[in-house]
Amino acid sequence: MSEIKKFMYVNRKAPYGTIYAWESLEVVLIGAAFEQDVSLAFMDDGVFQLTKDQDTKGIGMKNFSPTYSALGDYEITKIYVEKESLEERGLSLDDLQHLTWEDEDEDYAEKDSIQLVSRAEMADILAGQDVLFNF
Amino acid sequence: MKLTIQVNEGPYQHQASDSAYFFTKAALEKGHEIFRVFFYHDGVNNGTRLTTPPQDDRNVVKRWSELAEQHNLDLVVCVAAAQRRGIVDEGEAKRNGKDATNIAPGFRISGLGQLVEGAIQSDRLVVFGD
Amino acid sequence: MSILHVVNKSPYERNSLDTCAAYVKSGDAVLLIEDGVYAAIKAGAAAGKLSGLGEVFALGPDLAARSIGEDKVADGVKVVDYAGFVDLVEAKDKVQSWL
Repeated sequence: MSEIKKFMYVNRKAPYGTIYAWESLEVVLIGAAFEQDVSLAFMDDGVFQLTKDQDTKGIGMKNFSPTYSALGDYEITKIYVEKESLEERGLSLDDLQHLTWEDEDEDYAEKDSIQLVSRAEMADILAGQDVLFNF
Repeated sequence: MKLTIQVNEGPYQHQASDSAYFFTKAALEKGHEIFRVFFYHDGVNNGTRLTTPPQDDRNVVKRWSELAEQHNLDLVVCVAAAQRRGIVDEGEAKRNGKDATNIAPGFRISGLGQLVEGAIQSDRLVVFGD
Repeated sequence: MSILHVVNKSPYERNSLDTCAAYVKSGDAVLLIEDGVYAAIKAGAAAGKLSGLGEVFALGPDLAARSIGEDKVADGVKVVDYAGFVDLVEAKDKVQSWL
């Protein structure tokens, strides 16, 4: 039985201006099959990845934001969003997609995946990880 | 120490590939094991054999190929990122109907699982990017 | 668990050093590489940000390439080579690349 590691995917870049947001999500989806203890962190411009109502028709790019709502089905239940990064950018939790997962241990009760954390709390969360992915 | 290195940027445009190369070389010289070097995003462009850099500057692709040969390194180019950017081996050419291949010696094209596996099996993941 | 924070962009171009600074804890180390070494210029406005960060290192080859002589490096910043970079990766539990 191999050891389970705490994997954190750190997202600090906005979507569409560069490909990092989308291609990092692709790693998360593939990585889900490896059954590690996965969390996602969104800070700095990374918080923009999670906004609702992204309309990409005019820029001719695929709108990949619906993929975030599938994360619950991949058993990714810990999505940390940094409060200060949101506030600095004039955003609140209401501007973000409502991401959820179903807890099969509680009769498939729907629970929130996004946890709003302060910069200090996020620093503690990062410190407790085994592996940090950056894109 | 067992290391997996991730390279997020292509040759010349950013220093990432150079930094990753010198880090990897130093780690090998110290006797550490390089489990895998994984090329993602534009990093897949380190895997084309068709570059002709100026004679008086470093040959980034060749340098990686030579290091791989010298130390039996596993240089992996992500298949999804490679498809997007046109890095092609025989298998990909057949699968996707391309009339050419361009993969450089010492590199192989494989899935993102190789990066995840590297992170699981290694003691450290070191990421070089922009 | 300790972190080796690697900053590769100039503090005058990007906010990575500032973000990094908010995440550094006691026992961590910060390594400036590539354009990140510009933060180590003693006379630069960013040099002041380094003193609160604990152990700060700068990659010698990147300093030299950018004509930052050892006499111009901020006090307290230790210059290392790629071998030293490898040692730092080993000494800390994991690496956070502030790209």
